[in-house]
Amino acid sequence: MNTLAAAVADEELVRWDWIASHGDLFRELLGEHIYLAIVPVVWGLVIALPLGLACVHWPRIYPPVLATTSILYALPSIALFVILLDFTGLQPRTVIIPLTVYTLSVLVPNVVDGLRSVPDHVRQAATAMGFSGPRRLVQVDLPIAVPVIMAGLRVATVANISLVSVGALVGIGGLGELFTDGFQRDFMTPIFVGIVLIILLAVTADAILVFLQWLLTPWARARRSEG
Amino acid sequence: MNVLQLAWDWLSDPAQWSGPDGIPVRLVEHLWYSGLALFFATLIALPLGLYIGHTGRGAFLAVNSMNAARALPTLGVVVLVVLIWGIGLLPVLVALVVLAIPPILVNTYAGIRTVEADLKDAAKGMGMTGRQVLLRVETPVALPLILLGMRTAAIQIVSTATIAAYVALGGLGRFIFDGLARRDYEMVVGGAVLVVLLAIGTQVLFALIQRMVVSPGLRRPVGEV
Repeated sequence: MNTLAAAVADEELVRWDWIASHGDLFRELLGEHIYLAIVPVVWGLVIALPLGLACVHWPRIYPPVLATTSILYALPSIALFVILLDFTGLQPRTVIIPLTVYTLSVLVPNVVDGLRSVPDHVRQAATAMGFSGPRRLVQVDLPIAVPVIMAGLRVATVANISLVSVGALVGIGGLGELFTDGFQRDFMTPIFVGIVLIILLAVTADAILVFLQWLLTPWARARRSEG
Repeated sequence: MNVLQLAWDWLSDPAQWSGPDGIPVRLVEHLWYSGLALFFATLIALPLGLYIGHTGRGAFLAVNSMNAARALPTLGVVVLVVLIWGIGLLPVLVALVVLAIPPILVNTYAGIRTVEADLKDAAKGMGMTGRQVLLRVETPVALPLILLGMRTAAIQIVSTATIAAYVALGGLGRFIFDGLARRDYEMVVGGAVLVVLLAIGTQVLFALIQRMVVSPGLRRPVGEV
């Protein structure tokens, strides 16, 4: 026990001087991390929206689409990273493509559930008020589906921010590179910094999405303040 | 060269299927880590989720802390725990359990919480105690959601157990990391394909379990798995 205590005292858990002198590195990795996590969310949403709409419009294609997305969801990101590495090389794409697939698999069921949650009487009222198909979709159906879609978006965003770090194992991992670096040098400080920054990033991104939902659903605010 | 071809060449080589670093040994290691992690995660998260769902106590704290836990980068947790405790199964197990608790807890809680009040009232009216309501009514009704949480957890565990090889343990990840180190791409892809197959197998297994243990009266219409 004495030797352990001595070793711990000898090597501080967190070396603040190292943190203070590496601000530029953290900024650079943080920027890379944000890019690697956000691009898949945007692509995933861009693909999931029309796909979800198609599934609502033609209910018959939904079961096979759902089966496919649930298989895609199960694909381990580390396996996809290394398989893609040979095609796409040491480029952001190697991480962005698997994470887009992951985001997509989370979002499609939510888009479908969200659109299906629009009550029939609302749809009929909108039609009776003269809303045409596409206009009803944009101004009535999608806004009502926002909370459910947003729930999926939050899960996917937070998961992506955490998963990007796994990319460090193939050399493209944003803040995750602090983990591989710290592990190889038997040096804990970068690992602490990486974990803290990733959690802060995830919490911030989640808060931004919650705020976005608040902006997009003014009726929910009105209801809450009345109640 | 086609990836599937590469993976097939490697997988169909009989040399991979025997010996202390053959596929069967690595697969058993992988399943051992994953099974242990799922067992301990369930042991912790299921009773907690049932308790919080049934009593409503601590729900706000539980749900929010679980959302934060989802943001924990597993790779970071694994390497940190290994640097603190040294190489071994325990550190990896701790990281896998931490990763698997949130989905099980949140889904169990949500499942119990969403059981219809009428149903619970009827059970109470029949003279059931709180414990009986929980075990005989709420839990079976919440089972689809509880199993969904366990499936999510199991898939994440199986995927992440790959990282165990990065910190010098066994499992299917060995092929990926050894292959990367030796620039043996066939091995990397072969290992990756095995991990993918195992994850899909886990998914299918849980779908089957769900079909077997969930009461037929609770089956949801197709499309709402």
